[in-house]
Amino acid sequence: MNPDRMELVCPAGGFPALRAAVDNGADAVYLSLRGETNARNFPGLNFDRKALQKGIAYARGKGVKVYMALNTYPQPDIWTAATQAVDVAAEEGVNAVILADMGLLRYAADTHKDLTLHLSVQGSATTADALNFYHERYGVVRAVLPRVLSMSQVAQVIERARLDIEVFGFGSLCVMVEGRCMLSSYATGDSPNTKGACSPAHAVRWIETGRGREARLNGVLIDTFKPGESAGYPVICKGRYQVGSCDDTIYAIEEPTSLSTLDILADLLKIGVKAIKLEGRQRSPAYVGQATRVMRQALDACHANPDAYTPRPEWASQLAGMSEGRTQTLGALHRAWQ
Amino acid sequence: MKLSLGPIQYYWPRERVMEFYAAVEQWPVDIVYLGETVCSKRRELRAADWLEVADRLAAAGKTVVMSTLALMEAESERLALERLVQNGRFMIEANDATSLGLSLGKPFVAGPNINTYNAGTLRELRDIGAVRWVMPVELSRHILEGMHKARPDGLETEVLVFGRLPLAFSARCFTARARNLPKDSCELACLDYPAGLPLATQDGSGFLTINGIQLQSADPNNLIEAMPELQAMGIDVVRISPEPEGTEAVVRAFRGCIDGNLTPRQALDAMKPLFPRFCDGYWEGDAGMNWRESVSA
Repeated sequence: MNPDRMELVCPAGGFPALRAAVDNGADAVYLSLRGETNARNFPGLNFDRKALQKGIAYARGKGVKVYMALNTYPQPDIWTAATQAVDVAAEEGVNAVILADMGLLRYAADTHKDLTLHLSVQGSATTADALNFYHERYGVVRAVLPRVLSMSQVAQVIERARLDIEVFGFGSLCVMVEGRCMLSSYATGDSPNTKGACSPAHAVRWIETGRGREARLNGVLIDTFKPGESAGYPVICKGRYQVGSCDDTIYAIEEPTSLSTLDILADLLKIGVKAIKLEGRQRSPAYVGQATRVMRQALDACHANPDAYTPRPEWASQLAGMSEGRTQTLGALHRAWQ
Repeated sequence: MKLSLGPIQYYWPRERVMEFYAAVEQWPVDIVYLGETVCSKRRELRAADWLEVADRLAAAGKTVVMSTLALMEAESERLALERLVQNGRFMIEANDATSLGLSLGKPFVAGPNINTYNAGTLRELRDIGAVRWVMPVELSRHILEGMHKARPDGLETEVLVFGRLPLAFSARCFTARARNLPKDSCELACLDYPAGLPLATQDGSGFLTINGIQLQSADPNNLIEAMPELQAMGIDVVRISPEPEGTEAVVRAFRGCIDGNLTPRQALDAMKPLFPRFCDGYWEGDAGMNWRESVSA
């Protein structure tokens, strides 16, 4: 890869989203097979084998890479499905598989020696020593960093890590260390690690009451929305709660907001980040297309002249319009967020 | 079956920690895990203090294991970890992949924050030196049974049977946030909450516990009624996670159950006055917050 460029890695929850990403300037798309082997296991989402072949052919035709995410921690009952998914990835010739589980990494490294391995954000590797462990033991060549490090910490990691670093550039913000969050299974039984699902739709109920519209997750009151208040999808980390003896209800964990690195792309390039990932395999093709188009323009400007890079107002406003709660944050990259 | 005491998850004043472990010397536990696992800013005890506590517990006949931070971010944390791994006297409990990388080849315990969800991962851990794995808290009896049977030789299994469940870690400090303080000048607010800070839903139900950068269950997980099954499976170690109050009674309840001096029901009845509610849903493969006291026994 050209050292002076960051690869734009875009989400594809299905073929229409893949096409939108490819047509709008993705360098690579990431996708998954259907089922509990990936961290976005939502109804109607992801690829069967035939769709995968079609997707790979379409992407290849336009010179775009395809990565396959297999990033849950398969329990014994789906172990065979998980190894079969690795086999499918190898047989179909994806450019890399994105894994988190050590057992599955071992299987992939031993069984498919030519298969390129990336460490998923779900792998929770936050230090150079952790990353180098995966590199040396399994031959992982790229890792996606959890959204917990400040900018200077990311730079320190890159200095000592012997693999390429990918960071999230835009989309929903996980507040917790990815791969280390069991809030969803605590309330519903299903988590990203076990079922590839956070706040699964089957557990969500909307109830109209005199106090407003309640969002409940398996009975747990996540938030109450007054008439006219915009109501986001109820995830535990973005609900309003009471803390301690205080009667006020507050966003005790995080507000509904999206991550955006639009303003700091040139800094990410300078410290040696090799790829920018857009979150959102659960998003519509229109969303994926627009987010890809904006980030493509921004990255092109950034690559052309990093020192003079300034995001155009229309890029910022387009991304803002696609953000949760219409607000954005740098998340942990900005120390004060922490 | 051995009984272990997990690391203190909260931030207590130095004196309280010292008193706690002085008492632990007399408790019927076999293994004691020591050290700060949540936040590197919690420095009431320095590394040398922890080793001193470790020596005293070892002299009292306990097996001591030094636990590592669950979330490693800063360079200073790595340097401290390197020193801990090389302490030369006590085994470590690895709680993230940084410790896996640094302890390669040395015997270690793969802690509850290492994602161990299948037998393939158990083989990997054994291969790099693990002598024991601690089941991730969200796994069920069914998964535990299969994994325990499939474990490689030389690898023991440990299960958290009592204590608030560590559910999530973040770069953000939620205790500081609740006090409207930035993390970098948190005023060590965690010292004010020896049992964490309760988080309730808008209808007043206890839901979670805020403990610095960690979120825990509101109520302690309690698998006392599963003890006969855990013993029948041949689980090697069961772990109790310390609470500021009532831990000794919990230790004695589980010990009584292991030794056959108390039925699970008697042991549960002994713990009930100490805690308003428990949870055990993960054990059955359900939502972790559930609590289903069996009506039999």
